Amino acid sequence: MDLVTQISQSIPAILFFALAALAVVAAFNIILQRNPIYSAIGLIVVLMALAGVFLTLAAPFIAAIQVIVYAGAIMVLFVFVIMLLNVRAEESITDKAKYLKLVAPALFIVLLAEVGAIVGALNVPAKTVLSANDVADPSKVLGTVESIAQAMFTSYLLPFEATSVLILMAIVGSMLLAKRETHEEAKMAYDAQRDYQQKAGD
Amino acid sequence: MLPVSFGLAFLQTAEIAGAPLSIKLSWCLALSAVLFTIGVAGVLIQRNVIVLFMCVELMLNAVNLTLVAFSRFLNDVTGQLFVFIVMTVAAAEAAVGLAIIISLFRNRETLNVDEADLLKL
Repeated sequence: MDLVTQISQSIPAILFFALAALAVVAAFNIILQRNPIYSAIGLIVVLMALAGVFLTLAAPFIAAIQVIVYAGAIMVLFVFVIMLLNVRAEESITDKAKYLKLVAPALFIVLLAEVGAIVGALNVPAKTVLSANDVADPSKVLGTVESIAQAMFTSYLLPFEATSVLILMAIVGSMLLAKRETHEEAKMAYDAQRDYQQKAGD
Repeated sequence: MLPVSFGLAFLQTAEIAGAPLSIKLSWCLALSAVLFTIGVAGVLIQRNVIVLFMCVELMLNAVNLTLVAFSRFLNDVTGQLFVFIVMTVAAAEAAVGLAIIISLFRNRETLNVDEADLLKL
């Protein structure tokens, strides 16, 4: 096997390593920055890098959704709230935070060692996903829109419908939470409570 | 069609027998574990409630990576379906959580989680 084929066959693995390194560096950026807007930028980089990793793992649909929903919708929401509340960088960190700063890296290393031990003992060979016949029918290929849709609307229809109810609840809940109580509403509530107390007094 | 053909191209390069360097499941799980632990560390060391929220999103993404990796290596689409549902839950969580943050800021004028201790005895 000549070098060019060898390198071209290694491209997914090389991409995986590059994107993984980018994701880890950006993830550290999230937790070490003082200014939340820099943390948000770090999270966007992590999300985009993970979208690339999903592409190397035969999940093009999930990669597209990752960019559209996470980097597009959720991060815009985060940045919007940061801008709306006009948050400044943290000025000083209290003594308690200093103590936690010593505990967190220790816990981080313990968790990492624990997971590393489990992962090191694991060896699952990749199953062959493609054959020449399957390429003609996208619904049989892992990760295409067709195969995901087929699973979603047949065997997993109930969870799909449940998530739509969840989203409805989230819309109603967030509207209710973020609503500002107007002066008149506050006065009405106060009057109602006073009337109730008078009645209870009689 | 473009993302599909990209995915197929990646697959075909990865699947040729005796490929010198192909992605392994343990790499994906290790990356996922590292990202998850960074998220946990962030929740412990950060005090800004918005950044805590971002760390939760980071942890959800690490779990998503695990699901996609197992879906790839067991050749089963269920994992990718779960990722779809996790993303929906993350979107709902972000909407409700940011609404809570806004009302917290309105009542307390702070985003520091140490100062939001009304339920502490």
